[in-house]
Amino acid sequence: MKKVGFRKWLRSLAAAMVSASVLLALQRLVMPKYADSLIEGGFTEEYYEESMPHDVLMVGDCEVYESFSPVDLWRGFGITSYIRGSAQQLVWQSYYLLEDALKYEKPKVVVFNVQALVHSGPQKEEYNRMTLDGMRWSGTKLAAVRASMLPEEKLLDYVFPVLRYHSRITQLSQEDIDYYACHKKVSHNGYYMRVDTAPYAEGVWFEEKPDDCTFGSMPMEYLDRMRRLCESEGIHLVLVKAPSVSPVWYDEYEGQVARYADKYGLPYLNYLKLLEETGIDYDTDTYDMGLHMNLSGAKKMTAYLGDFLVSEYGLEGHAGEEDVRREWEGKERFYDEMKAAQEKEIEEYGSVVSY
Amino acid sequence: MSFTSLSFLFFVAAVCAVYYLFPVRYRWVVLLAASYLFYASQGWQCMVFLLVATVTVYLTAAVVSRMQENTDRVLQEMSGKGVSGEKRKKYKAGRKKRAKHLVTVCIVSNLCILAALKYLNFGIDNLNRITAFLGWGMQAAYRDMFLPLGISFYMFQSIGYLLDVYWKRAQVQKNFFIFALFVSFFPQIGQGPISRYASLSETLYAGHSFDAVQVRYGLERILWGVFKKLVIADRIAVAVQSLTAAPGYYRGKFVVVLMVFYAVQLYCDFTGGIDVTIGVAQLFGVKLAENFMRPFFAESIKEYWRRWHITMGTWFRDYVFYPFSISRPLRKLTAFVKKHFGMPAAKRVSVYTATIVLWAATGIWHGAYWRFVVWGLMNGIIILISQELEPLYKRFRRRFPKLTGGMPYRAFMVARTFLLMSSLRLFDNARGCRDAFISFWSIFSQWGRRALTAQEFLDLGLTAADYVIVAAGALVVFSVSIIQRKQPVREWLGQKPFFVQYAVLLALFLSVLLFGIYGIGFDSAGFIYNQF
Repeated sequence: MKKVGFRKWLRSLAAAMVSASVLLALQRLVMPKYADSLIEGGFTEEYYEESMPHDVLMVGDCEVYESFSPVDLWRGFGITSYIRGSAQQLVWQSYYLLEDALKYEKPKVVVFNVQALVHSGPQKEEYNRMTLDGMRWSGTKLAAVRASMLPEEKLLDYVFPVLRYHSRITQLSQEDIDYYACHKKVSHNGYYMRVDTAPYAEGVWFEEKPDDCTFGSMPMEYLDRMRRLCESEGIHLVLVKAPSVSPVWYDEYEGQVARYADKYGLPYLNYLKLLEETGIDYDTDTYDMGLHMNLSGAKKMTAYLGDFLVSEYGLEGHAGEEDVRREWEGKERFYDEMKAAQEKEIEEYGSVVSY
Repeated sequence: MSFTSLSFLFFVAAVCAVYYLFPVRYRWVVLLAASYLFYASQGWQCMVFLLVATVTVYLTAAVVSRMQENTDRVLQEMSGKGVSGEKRKKYKAGRKKRAKHLVTVCIVSNLCILAALKYLNFGIDNLNRITAFLGWGMQAAYRDMFLPLGISFYMFQSIGYLLDVYWKRAQVQKNFFIFALFVSFFPQIGQGPISRYASLSETLYAGHSFDAVQVRYGLERILWGVFKKLVIADRIAVAVQSLTAAPGYYRGKFVVVLMVFYAVQLYCDFTGGIDVTIGVAQLFGVKLAENFMRPFFAESIKEYWRRWHITMGTWFRDYVFYPFSISRPLRKLTAFVKKHFGMPAAKRVSVYTATIVLWAATGIWHGAYWRFVVWGLMNGIIILISQELEPLYKRFRRRFPKLTGGMPYRAFMVARTFLLMSSLRLFDNARGCRDAFISFWSIFSQWGRRALTAQEFLDLGLTAADYVIVAAGALVVFSVSIIQRKQPVREWLGQKPFFVQYAVLLALFLSVLLFGIYGIGFDSAGFIYNQF
């Protein structure tokens, strides 16, 4: 009798393990890979591949991951940095990504792009998923999910993403097969490279000014939490605003950020006001008519930021450190290869088609 | 809280845990609390109607039962005192009449509530049409009526109980709370089955010890139901919706496509819901009546209705058809016809009238539209025609025993019944009777109007993969039905090695998980029969 009972128990255990394995395997299959398409969704996860700490961490939305190039910051100043940014990353998501990052390292400076302060609450499920799916599970991720969910979203869908992505089973592509078991590196320490150019033309973007330009309580609360977190960890917090022409950065927004920075003695770099100093030219430095910087624009912004970091906080380069240099050599190689590949595509097709 | 939502599954899991933690004697209390909690989640207004039905039926049944007991006692005493048979008969008739009045008042008042909620706008619509026809220029405004979940199911169930007590087929339930559980038992309140007190009470209140086999069976049944609903019904619903949204465009062959698609959708939707219901009840050791018995294998409409929505069919038979058949007006009519036209005609008048009343009631129960009434009447008429033609069929079968005894003939009968029932179901989706008839007629008049191309199918809103999933799912359902003709599928599966059982269940679970229509942008449609 005992033998039969044990065999039954063993059988059930084996069945449970096989079921769990099959489930996990299928979950991996249906989850978006963010390798060849919508690569912005792969940025969050990539951070965990880093093996060395960084001097500078940058958090924010597309305005940060398309405006600053860590490889150029390394090349120009020997400063190591990483961008924890994703598309339409909301302030609370930036806060939780920072909190998450602080479990692995303690940077000297945190750079936060203030554009997302205009969003008072969760915006789009797709962007939530792109930012949060790649986060490692912890209390921080749980809090990030809870803060970000739209009313129609369910926590369980984040815990078991197969519940959210199951319908992709009929839409699987080669990308899902190719990157089933491995992750394709798509960013340069969080930087999304684009070398093509699409000049800005007056009047190309139009938007109506909101009736009320006051930032919501939720983004302000999380900005404050970010400031306090940095303070408690002895990290310098720098506020920046990328020089995007749209969405329009109204004076009311500017006033609120300036007052906040002033109140807490935080440096605030508004690149919209630094066009002359940085040399940003909307004819050559943007790839989508003024919304985001291309590599040329990012280099200029990075150079200005590097100068600021060195002069303001005395950050010293790591160029003389062998292990760091070796680590960054690989990053530089990947950076140069992608740059060359994109330039080649422009030559061949007239535009960047694969990135 | 839909039956296929995760919140419902969590709710059931929680109730299950509490149920088995409670002492066996009081486990029914957990079910009662859960049932009211479930119903309250549909809105507090729902509770009012549920309580009204419960209280009125409970009190009436209690009073009627007491009256019957007193009557029996008094009659016994009268008999002992040597009171004449005539007097005793008179006394009994008087008491019976009073009880009958009470039962009638209770039933009519409950049905009035049901009618007011469900049929008021139907009445207003008809009134407006009549006044417009007469040129009176009066138009009553439509009311925004609130329809509590499953109101007709629990009302019919309560009325059935009351009549059973009145007819002394069931013992009266003296405990109000136990009776309240019978009316409100949460797995079945939304879409049936319409249970009988005598059979449901056997397992509902008993309090069951945890039985791993029963729980496993219950979970399997739930999984099977969810598979049918989420993988097949909700997927094919998209195509059905496209076909019914543009009846002018989809004519001829496409009407046949609609008939087949809707048959699949309705079957998987309704049986899926009932599977979940029966499975959930089984988790608590409660045995609910089966509502389906492979209806698409029926060889005649009469047989189809013995296999489809069985508890509704038997309810109408026992509480509408039989009482009406022996009602005084019908007996008078039968006697009149017998006197003037002979016995065969009298029999027909009795059966015909009761059948038509039965099917008109069934039709209007399905929806407050004339198309449902016509649908019901057409069912009744076809059944009566079949009955009249039965001698011919018999002669045909005797004349060609080889032909009619073989599989091809049976397959023909099954296909014929399927198509006939599917044709009648055109009334479900049509905007009105006229549209349903036009659609049906177009099968013959516009057959070649538009070709059934792959693109036309894709334009219905489903991808090629969706069609493959629906076809594969339907094939699985069909195969299970084939197995069930010989033995219950769970028994069949239980005889297989553990590995096979496990693989089948895992495949079923993964099918639901991956191919089910749920989640953001794919909200599961409500069960079709919830609206009744």
